[in-house]
Amino acid sequence: MTEKPKVATASLAGCFGCHMTLLDIDDRILSLIDLIDFDKSPIDDIKELGDCTVGLIEGGVSNSENLETLREFRRKCTILVSMGDCATSGGIPAMRNTVPLKECLEEAYLNGPSVVDGVIPNDPDLPSILDRVYPCHEVVKIDYHLPGCPPSADSIWAVLNFLLSGEENLELPYELIKYD
Amino acid sequence: MKEEITITIDGVEIKTKTGEFILRAALNAGIYIPHLCFHPDLPPHGSCRVCTVKVNGRHMASCTTPAEDGMVITSDDAELLDLRKAVIEMLFVEGNHFCMFCEMSGKCELQAVAYRLGILVPRYPNLFPQREVDASHPDVMLDHNRCILCGRCVRASDEKDGKHVFELMERGAKTRLGVDAENNLGETNLSIDDKALDVCPVGALLIKDTAYRIPIGERQYDKTPVGSQHKGNK
Repeated sequence: MTEKPKVATASLAGCFGCHMTLLDIDDRILSLIDLIDFDKSPIDDIKELGDCTVGLIEGGVSNSENLETLREFRRKCTILVSMGDCATSGGIPAMRNTVPLKECLEEAYLNGPSVVDGVIPNDPDLPSILDRVYPCHEVVKIDYHLPGCPPSADSIWAVLNFLLSGEENLELPYELIKYD
Repeated sequence: MKEEITITIDGVEIKTKTGEFILRAALNAGIYIPHLCFHPDLPPHGSCRVCTVKVNGRHMASCTTPAEDGMVITSDDAELLDLRKAVIEMLFVEGNHFCMFCEMSGKCELQAVAYRLGILVPRYPNLFPQREVDASHPDVMLDHNRCILCGRCVRASDEKDGKHVFELMERGAKTRLGVDAENNLGETNLSIDDKALDVCPVGALLIKDTAYRIPIGERQYDKTPVGSQHKGNK
């Protein structure tokens, strides 16, 4: 038996909604498992990323760890897909982009109404926060974009099938392109 | 005097009258040309350029170009599709368009045209400008984050409501929607049944307490592309 293509997934600055929707393909996940092997992914807890055919990225790039993960995925995945609005446009986390970072941190950790004895976290073990949240394609080359918050299970299914089929042009039907 | 003339759009001959704008002539003949700042009840503005077509080979805004007998017009080709996509993508990156929580999502014309053109992601970097939300009016929200400066509300307030509540202020990248008051929208004579509110293509002007009434899947453009009552492609 030839080896099955590997698919890895990651959630950067996202809410895991896209991953939940990946699971919402319901019993089609059994067909998917016939087609592919999952590599590193929050849904299987494999820690080390191997060489993969497809990488699905949820979330934008908000901190240094997101940046490192995204760059590693780019190195190891032949096809890299931005999955969901946070990956394609920054999404909800990017709402902070319209507010200076210093003000964001002060509001969250010093001046917020529920803060007691606040301090802005600066532990060296914490990833450092970036000046703003970046869509993935502003950081590395992204091969396919799948907008949606989250993209529907049908559109994730359609994109995965397309990528594994080796066909040339992906044209999603009207109903599967949504930004909300 | 208006004479009946014949123009050709994408190889289809249609009849119209001298001086009729190309976009109106096309829509009347059942041919869809993507457009955004144009509204059928208002005078044309010619500002968004989404309706750009080739007239005898030259790029023209079809909403402001009068038809002349024998004009040969191209609306549906790869170059125009790409130009239209580029314009729409610029509108997306220039403002803060968070469709996932916008009250207009599903019936927004900016989003609907983007869907119809098959835009997955803007080719330009997002600017994330700092814009204000004006909630001072008792019945209306004005969210500058979503305003695409199409000028529809300006024209509707002037021409239909007879009020001049809105205006486009400043120039170029600094252009913004202004209101006819010292401070904010609450000080204007805008009222809830003004045409100006009805014509906003995006979620910039919203009537309060009316949001999220229609479930996802049943909204205007969830399943049916904008302009699908007309023939014609992208």
